[in-house]
Amino acid sequence: MGGRVLVAMSGGVDSSVAAALLVESGHEVVGATMKLWGGASDSGCCSVADVDDARRVAQQLGIVHHVFNFGDDFEAAVVGPYVEAHAAGLTPNPCIECNRHLKFDRFLHRARQLGFDAVATGHHARVTCDRGRWQLRRGADAAKDQSYVLSMLGQHQLSRVRLPVGELTKAEVRDRAGALGLRTATKAESQDVCFITSTGGRGAFLGERIELRPGRVLDAATGREVGEVPAIELVTVGQRRGMGGAAGGGERRYAIAVDAVAGTVVAGTEADLLTDGLAVSAGGWSWTDEPVAAGTVVSAQVSAHGPPRAAVLEAGGRLRWLEPERRVAPGQTVALYDADRVLGSAIAA
Amino acid sequence: MTVYLDHAATTPLRPEALEAMLPFLTEHFGNPSGSHAVSRAARTAVDEARDVVAECLGCQPGEVIFTGTGTEADNLAIAGVVARRAGRVVCTAIEHHAVLHTVQALRGDVVPVHPTGRVDLDALAAALGPDVSVVSVMLANNEIGVIQSLAEVTAVVVEHAPEAVVHTDAVQALPWLDVATAAAGADLVAVSAHKFGGPKGVGALVARSGVRLAPILHGGGQERDRRSGTHNVAGIVGMAAAMRATVAERELSVARVGARRDRLADALVAALPGTVETGDRAEKVAGSCHLRFGGIESEALLVLLDDAGVCASAGSACASGAMEPSHVLAAIGVGRAEARSSVRFSLGATTTDDEVDLAVKVVVEAVAHLREG
Repeated sequence: MGGRVLVAMSGGVDSSVAAALLVESGHEVVGATMKLWGGASDSGCCSVADVDDARRVAQQLGIVHHVFNFGDDFEAAVVGPYVEAHAAGLTPNPCIECNRHLKFDRFLHRARQLGFDAVATGHHARVTCDRGRWQLRRGADAAKDQSYVLSMLGQHQLSRVRLPVGELTKAEVRDRAGALGLRTATKAESQDVCFITSTGGRGAFLGERIELRPGRVLDAATGREVGEVPAIELVTVGQRRGMGGAAGGGERRYAIAVDAVAGTVVAGTEADLLTDGLAVSAGGWSWTDEPVAAGTVVSAQVSAHGPPRAAVLEAGGRLRWLEPERRVAPGQTVALYDADRVLGSAIAA
Repeated sequence: MTVYLDHAATTPLRPEALEAMLPFLTEHFGNPSGSHAVSRAARTAVDEARDVVAECLGCQPGEVIFTGTGTEADNLAIAGVVARRAGRVVCTAIEHHAVLHTVQALRGDVVPVHPTGRVDLDALAAALGPDVSVVSVMLANNEIGVIQSLAEVTAVVVEHAPEAVVHTDAVQALPWLDVATAAAGADLVAVSAHKFGGPKGVGALVARSGVRLAPILHGGGQERDRRSGTHNVAGIVGMAAAMRATVAERELSVARVGARRDRLADALVAALPGTVETGDRAEKVAGSCHLRFGGIESEALLVLLDDAGVCASAGSACASGAMEPSHVLAAIGVGRAEARSSVRFSLGATTTDDEVDLAVKVVVEAVAHLREG
């Protein structure tokens, strides 16, 4: 392939090896670390130590390294909407919005401005090209596959994205990093949302930005109030905590629906949680390539590493499960697949 | 060819400084605080350097305190005075972080500046009072190059806080202004060697006699108990050599560099509509050219300039290396988005006409490219 590639280097092992592989394959490679979050963080993507790691890896590889401050964009496109979504009773996925707006929009645009042919990241997924059409596929390491968090990418982005570690297992990535003597070879993975600390959690973070209001828990069958939650904004459809039930010896109970305006949570049994399908939010489906025709049987994934569920895409964009499935929390991303190939994605309504 | 237009960040080492330093990096390795022949050679060099610095800065040799950096000199001036005489500290909103963060750490007050970059003397007067112990106003700003009238500042302080001492961060001023005159009214003056052709890692604080100063570094009691730590002999000698040469050439250098700065700014403003120059040149140091290129992001522009061999900067970088929104531009009323479009080109004594010409060509092309999308 060749060409000039700008690698988004987080300071982790995957993007370190992504940069190394591109250098090995003869690309003109430059590394860049995005500074996204300046507040408290456990490790996140942009602590000074992580930027140092990215810079040191770049030095080892003999490539130029830049730091881009996209803090204002991150606040506007990720953190602000995250807070608003929780305030509205939704369960947003900020990492997906970061990919959508920062890594594969803001960063991609910056790369084009600077004369790069493509950007690369350390995501475990594969981009392939078939007769001029670009496809996003699951990574070689099924357990580490990250195609779900990239499922919003379309042809425009995929044609300019390289995912070099998608062909490797995580163990192989670490082996390569070790063989190259990269300082990030044994570095622990970051798992959680970079701007939420493990000590304070979502509640502490949201509590500083919005007023968390107590909510009434209503029984799905009777409509009667059966309990209270301390913060309606923190309730996720499908959660058991605070919904009563098993702890008191009864049947397990789940949050079935959240109404942030009314300040109520409907709680019910596992049977109540099951549904025949889901509607998607106003944004509709974003397709990797051609839109999937109504009536097509697809495989749908509703969380980062959740099992695929069989479904039919209905006219109007609704997704109907072939077998009843648990409700998907509104705000979560639904990614559609054909085997290992991503077809598109939407946000559950 | 590399075109280096970041002299406000640091300058190349002057040959005079290197030559003066070499013996103290090799055969004259002595610790000046000792009592034998090897020490004496080092001690003599430090004492002679002190004489040179005192003469250049218009003070007595005993009023010169050698420090590790300009930042340390600023910290020592403010924290050192407060430690002797407790009180409120006051600075302007456009100070270098070495002063601003020190004042904020001491819970001091920050005084606004006018859109020109000059301190608001009425606001300064209002912030003063008998409880104030230090007033810190920089002589020339590191980002936009605007010069403050310390005579006016001192007059306000004498009237409204007669007990307070005036500190000035003259780090950026030294290559361009006669600090001995411009800072004559200040009780404390901080300078840094690497901004005028000296080595990194050495600075000086002038503390005029009568100013009571506690050390912030405790130890062997060097520098008359005001700054402990073994002297950086080579650094001090290099600083003195660079300072002497800089001061001797200053008038010629200011005229020459100022003309080149004018050419650079005029050419870019003319070629790139929507470009705004920050600060009035008549109130700026000669090497400073600060421009806001409407509609583009300087973070991207700086990468393109770097690719083309032109070194410039924007604002100040945080610990991660990311460019932070400039507190100086915010203080003079420039909005966040516009501040993000700004680039500081800082010329130095070694900047040539050819470099200016090449920089103009590269910047015009890069800005035009970014404006295309």
